[in-house]
Amino acid sequence: MARRSPYLITDYRDDLRLFGTGWKRLGLALMIVAFVAGPLMLDDFWLSVLGLVAVYAIGGIGLNLLTGFAGQVSLGTAFFIGVGAYSAEWFGGEQGWPLLLWLPACALVGAAFGALVGPIALRLSGQYLAIVTLGLLFVGEHFMVEWRSVTGGTRGTSVTAPLSIGPLDFTKLDLFGSRYTREQGLFWLLWAIVAIVALVAKNITRTRSGRALQAIRDRDVAAEIIGVSLSRYKVSVFAISSGIAAVAGGLYGAAILQYVNPSQFGGIGGLVLSITFIAVIIVGGMGTIAGGILGALVVAALPRVTQRFVDYLPFLKRNPSDSGLVEVGQFNLMLFGLLIIVFLLAEPLGLAALWRRVTTYFKAWPFSY
Amino acid sequence: MTEFLQLMVAGLALGFTYALVALGFVVIYKATEVINFAQGGLVMIGAYLIYNFDTTWGIPFAPSVVLAMVATAGIALVFERLILRRMIGSPVFAQVMITIGLLFILQNVVTTIWGAENLNLGDPWGISTVNVGDVVIQVKDLWSVGLAIVLLGLFFAFFRFTPLGLAMRATAIDQEAALAQGMSSKRVYMAAWGIAGASAALAGMSIAAGATSLSPEIQFYALLAFPAIILGGIDSPLGAVVGGLVIGVTQSLTAGYQGDIAPWLGSGFQSVMPFVVMVLVLLIRPYGLFGTPEVKRV
Repeated sequence: MARRSPYLITDYRDDLRLFGTGWKRLGLALMIVAFVAGPLMLDDFWLSVLGLVAVYAIGGIGLNLLTGFAGQVSLGTAFFIGVGAYSAEWFGGEQGWPLLLWLPACALVGAAFGALVGPIALRLSGQYLAIVTLGLLFVGEHFMVEWRSVTGGTRGTSVTAPLSIGPLDFTKLDLFGSRYTREQGLFWLLWAIVAIVALVAKNITRTRSGRALQAIRDRDVAAEIIGVSLSRYKVSVFAISSGIAAVAGGLYGAAILQYVNPSQFGGIGGLVLSITFIAVIIVGGMGTIAGGILGALVVAALPRVTQRFVDYLPFLKRNPSDSGLVEVGQFNLMLFGLLIIVFLLAEPLGLAALWRRVTTYFKAWPFSY
Repeated sequence: MTEFLQLMVAGLALGFTYALVALGFVVIYKATEVINFAQGGLVMIGAYLIYNFDTTWGIPFAPSVVLAMVATAGIALVFERLILRRMIGSPVFAQVMITIGLLFILQNVVTTIWGAENLNLGDPWGISTVNVGDVVIQVKDLWSVGLAIVLLGLFFAFFRFTPLGLAMRATAIDQEAALAQGMSSKRVYMAAWGIAGASAALAGMSIAAGATSLSPEIQFYALLAFPAIILGGIDSPLGAVVGGLVIGVTQSLTAGYQGDIAPWLGSGFQSVMPFVVMVLVLLIRPYGLFGTPEVKRV
């Protein structure tokens, strides 16, 4: 009897399987190897870049749930990132909670704020919703500035939330007799959290709730008619996505920035941050979990890389007074703009679609379809 | 009473400035159903071009403004022709994001060319004022008011009486049906972007002239014009002006009185107030005061 093709999906259980084929299992194994061995092979600069990528990947996955799957456009991501960062300082720094407590607390606070915004999405749609969430950035900045006892006002606050689980302190890891740097330890911590968040998001999207979200995205009236509760799903996807954004924010504050102020998360700075996350999902691929991670690899890493190699690029300059055509910070923002435009023109579904096209080609080889 | 009148005048002047910015949003939205996030960038580049023609090249002020209007319209047209034209038919979200991409590019091109310092737009009004009773009015504000009213009249006449205006309205409602009736969507889109570019330069002038100096900050006016257009309804020129006025007056009155009435809201609440008003109005009227409700089909 012929062996059943692993690509042939015959029942629901097959459809749900995460790593159903040999190739996918190989991919999983490779990812695990990269996860374990990466910090041992790369130098601290690249590890710090990858740490930032991990934070952006978490936020990207959250935003992709909201925008890519449920079709709700939000410019408010930066606000929820900020909520996460300040919650991290409040619960982890001020109250001294351990990582396993303050990170879920960030998620809960973010989710609560998201659930407050969610009902607005019931009333408004599309571009109106985008503008209202833009308003969230400005209102949010105002409260971040005014609520001085928690946020430190305009001057900001340092984020001292502990990054350790029990005896494992990820900032100075000491395992089996060898010592690891801050970058190495944080790489393991952050990418482990990326894996958990990706799994959670994947589980949401491949089941009943994910299909409901996609139905809402494709046509919300039709979704409601076939029995999808708009109020329930829109509010919960806002809550979940904001919760994930707050987790990203908590880690962004505690592991990457270590000092935060309102101008990073609200107003214009917040708009730039929010759009950076939208760039992540556009470049990576809307409506895929892997898209959030792939997009973060490009969007988060690029500015750090140009910053690092600015001396080798003659048209860039580090300071306004240096010679060169464009300052590196401005160049990076222009690059964002270009990335968004180029991807939307050439590959609207992002790197994930590109990857899928390549794999389909080889799966069908030597036939063209 | 004088204080109140003074605040009202300041608010109305600010409101007409917002209205000028908002009209640019409206004309593009009416034709393409896309909120053009790059409008702030166009406003900014328009103002800097006026500065460049007037102060750097020594052309008199009025011709500089006209030249800047033409040049900004040209930039908008090039963008429409080269990039947005390819996006016709793609999801609105994608088109909006493309304009955000353009905003990032414009912002940084401007700061790269002209720097981030405060510049002085060589306008003929400067800080001169006129007194009406006890109320002091800036001459530049009177110009903003006049310009906004003239422009609104032109827009109204354009959409109401010209074939191109009619084509624009038709294209906004149903692109395919308009095409079938022989209306060229390409011409409509180009016209919309051209008009938006020209009015952006005017708005830039009205923001940066007078006592305010020219800096990249002026694009933030475009962000504050969002509440105005949303409040008025994105597809209504009249709504843009009314929305602009409501937001301007609200902001000015908040700046004047909030410190006495509700100090617990903290300082600087006037820059947040427009968004609060916007959210409240939207929750009651989801398509703004004068906007057309969207008909949903299944």
